[in-house]
Amino acid sequence: MKTIKNQLFKNLTLLLSLSIAISCGETVELPNRQYELVWEDNFDGTTGDSPNAANWDFETGTGINGWGNQELQNYTNRPENVSLDGKGNLIITAIQESFGGSNYTSGRIITKDKQEFQYGRIEARLKTPFSQGLWPAFWMLGADIETVPDNDETTVVWPQAGEIDIMELRGQEPSTIAGSIHGPGYSGGNAVSSDFILDDARFDTEFHVFAVEWGPDFIDFFVDDQLYQQLTPESLPEGSEWVFNKEFFILLNVAVGGNYVGNPNDNSRFPQTMTVDYVRVYQ
Amino acid sequence: MKNLTYKTSFLCIALLSLSCSRDEGDLQPATFPNTAEIFTDVPVGLTDQFFVSFDPAAGANTGGFGTDDNEAYEGTTSIRIDVPSANDPDGTFIGGIFEDRGVGRNLTEYNALTFWAKSSITATIGTVGFGDDFQSNTYAASLNDIPVSTGWEKVIIPIPDPSKLLNERGMFLFSIGSQSTGGAGFTIWLDEIRFENLGIVAQPLKKALDLQVVFNVGGDEVAVNAAAGYFDESDFDFAPTPPARNAADVVSIFSDAYTNVQVDNYNGFFQFATTQGGATSIGDENFISYTDLNFVSINMFNSPDVDASGMTHIHVDVNVREAVNAGDFINLSIINNDGGASPSDGFVSLGSYGSLREGQWVSYDIPIADFGGLAGINDVDLIFFVSDGTISNVLVDNVYFYR
Repeated sequence: MKTIKNQLFKNLTLLLSLSIAISCGETVELPNRQYELVWEDNFDGTTGDSPNAANWDFETGTGINGWGNQELQNYTNRPENVSLDGKGNLIITAIQESFGGSNYTSGRIITKDKQEFQYGRIEARLKTPFSQGLWPAFWMLGADIETVPDNDETTVVWPQAGEIDIMELRGQEPSTIAGSIHGPGYSGGNAVSSDFILDDARFDTEFHVFAVEWGPDFIDFFVDDQLYQQLTPESLPEGSEWVFNKEFFILLNVAVGGNYVGNPNDNSRFPQTMTVDYVRVYQ
Repeated sequence: MKNLTYKTSFLCIALLSLSCSRDEGDLQPATFPNTAEIFTDVPVGLTDQFFVSFDPAAGANTGGFGTDDNEAYEGTTSIRIDVPSANDPDGTFIGGIFEDRGVGRNLTEYNALTFWAKSSITATIGTVGFGDDFQSNTYAASLNDIPVSTGWEKVIIPIPDPSKLLNERGMFLFSIGSQSTGGAGFTIWLDEIRFENLGIVAQPLKKALDLQVVFNVGGDEVAVNAAAGYFDESDFDFAPTPPARNAADVVSIFSDAYTNVQVDNYNGFFQFATTQGGATSIGDENFISYTDLNFVSINMFNSPDVDASGMTHIHVDVNVREAVNAGDFINLSIINNDGGASPSDGFVSLGSYGSLREGQWVSYDIPIADFGGLAGINDVDLIFFVSDGTISNVLVDNVYFYR
């Protein structure tokens, strides 16, 4: 049995609805899931190199409607935006510059069709950017997501594809991250979500480990091994479908502006970086 | 005799010390107490005088400072400051400092001065900070215009560079007037004044030319006014040094590189002008800093005639201290009096000679012939910078005519 102390819980409304009663200072006992490392990228390599192409692809451009969120950045595959630092870290940099009709550039990499997983512990150790309008994320999408409209019956559109946000942060709130799931009937502003707030500390000044432990009927959310949210099919709005029993792929990106975070202002600082030490998967 | 005894003893100790062979590396640096608290329910480690007022001759009201046993954020007692009204005959603002009662404190393990404040009405604290003991202000730091309300709120003043504060005597400074209340007097309470090391204070960004260090405090950008002592030479990005020229080939209005003509002032505060500031310096480097710019001029009409006849160009270095947006401009205007015979003037828009850039020095070399309407430069009386408020904050350096 693994014992994890739960110290900081926000969004008590959601938590009180869970079948496992959790409150500040209580101890929650989780089963020993006997995970073993099955995949990792430690981002070792030479300064300026792109991340390992065996694991990652770039997504570039401005997407449709700012990647569906009115985001302002133009994603590129340039080393200025995505590269290794030669010290075992991946650096994603958001830059304020004119590029292809956008005022900002940044990076977004995905493991789609390369490294896809169903269940396990998915974790990353990283340090976020900060500042109004910055939106870093470590997240997953269902591998069967339809990226372009087609008649392929093996793909489905978002949010039916499912989304697990292991970490996303509003740059103007550098001590708060959110963990969320999106699916049909619970997406966008109605996602099932909880915040985790550091006490007198920040996510942009130190590395932190963000993780989910995910099984057929549960997704547990952790920051630095502190469990702060447990979701099950019972956590969803009544009648909603649990769409997480299939393979997902991993995404790392830094968005600028958009519906979730608001746009940068005169006080926003650029360039901004997300530094990722590693991404690991245990099953 | 007592004094003599002390001196003799000291001499003996000194001789004993000199007789020993000791490396400098054996010497331990002097250490100073690191007491964090300044005021809890009582002043902590401050001089018996506790509060030392600014000079009453300068308008400081010395009568409104005390403690209050009926108001406290924690404990039993707070500091009570009765801010005078704008027409108080005993002084229209209140302010001063708290000094460490000893030889100073080591504050290197802290990153912020903090306190709790509330007010009888919504108002602002004009200036609050530390690092000034009325003898030295090498490491003074402050914030301006802190909003306060009728509920207790925490104020955080990041320390620009804690490593500098090895021996600091100026523990606290405040200055409050009634500007924010339309001239009405009010009361402010302060409590739990102390130095702290806070995890939410981060991301210092030095802006040396503005004498500021900007911090991100829990997501909010906070610009701390920081004395020049917090900055090293490498922090400053001064204007480029102009090339050497023969004296006959330059008529310098403002430059450290050349001999300057006599100037009345660098800001005449004309009617309708909002512009503040003028010539300033950091170390040996002189430059001009304008804030709230709408228009301003370098004035020479009371000085000996400035004869730039024969010069073909005017040079000026400009550094805009804010975002440059579409439609922003600065016009440079020259007014020549010609001894009163036939005054003339002309102007150019700097943007026509190179884009104004935020935080960067841009050098402009403009032919005098481009100033349409300017008939001569044999008696230059005024050189105007006009932005109509589109650009408010700008640094200027190396203003000179040359050929």
